[in-house]
Amino acid sequence: MSVSPQDVEKVALLARLAISESDLPEVTERFGRVLGLVDELNTIDTETVVPMSNPHDMHQRLRPDAVTRQNNRENLMASAPAQDQGYFLVPKVID
Amino acid sequence: MTDNALLSGSVSALRQQLRDRAVSSEELTRACLERIEACNGKLNAVITMCSELAIDSARAADKAIAKGDFGSLTGIPLLHKDIFCTDGVRTTCGSRMLEQFVPAYDATVVSKMKAEGAVMLGKCNMDEFAMGSSNETSFFGTVKNPWDLNCVPGGSSGGSAAALAAGMAPLVTGTDTGGSIRQPASLCGVTGLKPTYGRVSRLGIIAFASSLDQAGPMARTAEDCAIALTAMAGIDAGDSTSADLPVPDFHAGLNHDIQGLRIGLPREYFNDDLDPEVRERVMTALSVLEQAGATLVDIELPHSHYAIATYYVIAPAEASANLARYDGVRFGYRCDEPVDLEDLYLRSRSEGFGEEVQRRILVGTYALSAGFYDAYFNKAQQVRRVITEDFTRAFDRVDVIAGPSAPGIAFPFGAKQQDPVAMYMEDIYTLAVNLAGLPGLSTPAGLINGMPVGLQLIGKPFDEQTILNAAHRLQRDTDWHLARPQLEALAP
Amino acid sequence: MSWETVIGLEVHLQLATQSKIFSGSATVFGAAPNEQADAVDLGMPGMLPVLNEEAVRYAVKFGLGIGARIGERSVFDRKNYFYPDLPKGYQVSQFFAPIVCEGVFEVALEDGTLYPIRITRAHLEEDAGKSVHDAFSRETGIDLNRAGTPLLEIVTEPDFRSAEQAVAYLKALHSLVTYLGISDGNMAEGSMRCDINISLREKGSDALGTRTEIKNVNSFRFVERAIHSEYERQADILDNGGSITQETRLYDAEQNVTRSMRSKEVANDYRYFPEPDLLPIVIDAEYIESVRATLPELPGAKRMRFTAEYGLNEYDAALLVPNHSLADYFESVVTAGGAAKPAANWILGDLTAALNRSETDITDSPVSAKQLAGLIVRIEDGTLSSKLAKQVFDALWAGEGDADQIIEARGLKQVSDSGALESMVEAVIAANPAQVAQYLAADEAKQKKLSGFFVGQIMKASKGQANPQMVNELLLLKLNDQS
Repeated sequence: MSVSPQDVEKVALLARLAISESDLPEVTERFGRVLGLVDELNTIDTETVVPMSNPHDMHQRLRPDAVTRQNNRENLMASAPAQDQGYFLVPKVID
Repeated sequence: MTDNALLSGSVSALRQQLRDRAVSSEELTRACLERIEACNGKLNAVITMCSELAIDSARAADKAIAKGDFGSLTGIPLLHKDIFCTDGVRTTCGSRMLEQFVPAYDATVVSKMKAEGAVMLGKCNMDEFAMGSSNETSFFGTVKNPWDLNCVPGGSSGGSAAALAAGMAPLVTGTDTGGSIRQPASLCGVTGLKPTYGRVSRLGIIAFASSLDQAGPMARTAEDCAIALTAMAGIDAGDSTSADLPVPDFHAGLNHDIQGLRIGLPREYFNDDLDPEVRERVMTALSVLEQAGATLVDIELPHSHYAIATYYVIAPAEASANLARYDGVRFGYRCDEPVDLEDLYLRSRSEGFGEEVQRRILVGTYALSAGFYDAYFNKAQQVRRVITEDFTRAFDRVDVIAGPSAPGIAFPFGAKQQDPVAMYMEDIYTLAVNLAGLPGLSTPAGLINGMPVGLQLIGKPFDEQTILNAAHRLQRDTDWHLARPQLEALAP
Repeated sequence: MSWETVIGLEVHLQLATQSKIFSGSATVFGAAPNEQADAVDLGMPGMLPVLNEEAVRYAVKFGLGIGARIGERSVFDRKNYFYPDLPKGYQVSQFFAPIVCEGVFEVALEDGTLYPIRITRAHLEEDAGKSVHDAFSRETGIDLNRAGTPLLEIVTEPDFRSAEQAVAYLKALHSLVTYLGISDGNMAEGSMRCDINISLREKGSDALGTRTEIKNVNSFRFVERAIHSEYERQADILDNGGSITQETRLYDAEQNVTRSMRSKEVANDYRYFPEPDLLPIVIDAEYIESVRATLPELPGAKRMRFTAEYGLNEYDAALLVPNHSLADYFESVVTAGGAAKPAANWILGDLTAALNRSETDITDSPVSAKQLAGLIVRIEDGTLSSKLAKQVFDALWAGEGDADQIIEARGLKQVSDSGALESMVEAVIAANPAQVAQYLAADEAKQKKLSGFFVGQIMKASKGQANPQMVNELLLLKLNDQS
């Protein structure tokens, strides 16, 4: 499947990555090469195969409903890039 | 003891010397720290050293040993790949995104090894977010291969492999999502084990692809890997995907007797694409095992060639979500003066992530996006099962599957950097093992032009013991694993 | 043009677990910002989710409560989008294989008829955090205390045709989940939030029109008003030949209008895929039966029992049952000897009024069930007239002891002694000859009216304590004797 610069820009926006105008051709070309690699998947028939999300057919374990964590805000927020009064800060969001 | 003996000793030998009080952990630790300081300028294998912490831990270990109170790794210095979170010690994952990130918690692997008495020396360089096969994607610069400073060490656990080969530590940890332990082990001439998916807890390991990631040891011998795996493995209530299975003492279970062991040689690995010299080294190693009583059996893994395509959909897709948390809000890199929220996201992520990471996020996002999910992601998950079933069928006939660990020896810097697909081919023999969740190890199988080559042994699920035994036997009957790069040349 | 409203609802129900769905942090409402968010809730590097067993049990309880099929193998998925209150950049939810599959929920309308609503599915997911817009001048603050709180999202088919039906469903759902004990149902704290999918179509048509989704409406009243206002908006567009844009809207309660959410207009592509950090939840028949064994009597069954066992009418039963505590109170009154019908009347009448006035919950009622039963017993045995009963009730409310103590202390005993009453009646007749003459001259219909005067006089003379029924009987006898 071929991919256009516009496709790449659309995907980049979904992934919140900015691609500069000057990088776009090369990014598109390399991206296309990777897609060419994975297009091989189309050559195998898997009609009846159940998709595999995880190795080994294990089941989810459950945790008892107990509060095991106490407030550790100071340590956990120590490397926050912007904070005030216990809040993480981001530029004003207008809904 | 001479420094050289300290710097090239195996964990099992050093452990004995520590217990015999022939050497103290502090001496050993200082020797390793000095070695790192001496060589790291050339190798760039270590991102962060924690010398004071290490000396403190070593002294504590010496006290424990004096009391006869020791765990399986008491006093043994080690380096962790910088993907394992370490409480209070910077953990970068090789990325600008986490250049300043100091976790408030230890990865389970880190705390388990600490509990066994290991002494952490520092954190090893790696491909950014473990995405790469050459260590050229690290924000902290490339790692040099100690066998040839013009060549890559492999990746993504390249810093770990190089540090081990260069004598900086007798034991290092790595993670392997598509070959990231086995391929650098092969390129640096050390033994590296990727355990079965679920054998080792992933808690506290910075995620690349959750259904493929697995941590494991790299060491000078298979025996050392057995010691380390026993310390690292086990169910963890904090990781839902860790297996609820007893962990055998892999070291106690080591056995040289491989009489009757059936080793499968997939014809897809030994076809015309395989480099003749690599084939020759791998076949020589296998003939040693054959002479020791193993039987070589031709087998088929008919869907092997789909592994790359399958992997390069599933791994990027999972990564695209795993790396969405790096948004400049709660931790990690944040761009200067964001004008609004979108600007914060776009610039923090574009400036914080390197090219390869961004490429994989793009590919993964694309594979999951509306209209492509069925053709790419769902399809890849189906093929993943087909590939896994190939292995299941093969393991009806054999106990171990063998092949090369990598398609060739270490290559010069830049050789594959321009073409992502060429780089991806580095993992052509290792990816399928992650897709199927199997254990695999790489053990040295001699040199080509003075550079190491690895033999890969793949085991049944949760049967690390059998591949460790086979490697252990190989290492008894040969001395390839003892080959070392010229250590003196590395120091200034 | 005459339009029919087609409505489907998605309810986000906060489950009443102690800890979060994937971490050991507490879920208590109102903690200081980010003090109830651990490394997992913050999406810190290397952190992994571990599923809370109680969240699973609650979801299964809900499924059994509506007779739905329980997914024997349900799977968590990642829903990917960027927003500052979503720490990992994805929400862990269930998209492909929910834990609760299709079911039917029968909603009792006011007249007691059952209206079946098809439940499409209910799935487990984690809540997001909270953005605080007014605390800082140039920034938005992010508080992740709520992130990771377990939610059950309950989705219906588009089976509602009016706002009233939608609200009836929500009330019934609220009642069900509080009966099941899986949620506190506290709407003011956001424990139950509703998304409304609404479209219009020509009456008689089977096709569905383009719908809009009104997000996050958090009270029954707002749901009703939001639907009405969105109906008006859509009808107005369609009447003028326009077409509806499929979009997400917000209900502005102050202006009573819905507004387009511009910030969400960037086309979302959630890229759902199975969450690789969690494995499939496998639920077997044995587990289902063990949960079923813990189910309490549910509102539907209780309503039927209240009408059959206590002879209540549908209307009273429908008022008593939805509030579990109220229904329990009623049964306690009956158990303590209060007759059922008067018990229902007192509870739904004077008691509810008094509770409402003082904003008190039934569980904190100053009048205990036993005390109310004592009052009813004294009415039934003729000790108290209804007028006296009200005085006693007020005294009960004021905490003056139980009914017998109050009757004793205030001397409120109804006079039923026929001798005493007879002399009272005779005295009143003797004192009012003109009225007696008037009474005797009147026809039967008029006589009935005129007798009220004498009753009033007698009650006044007895300070309200005369047994009214006996007074009536005696009065008629004595008056007719005059002729």
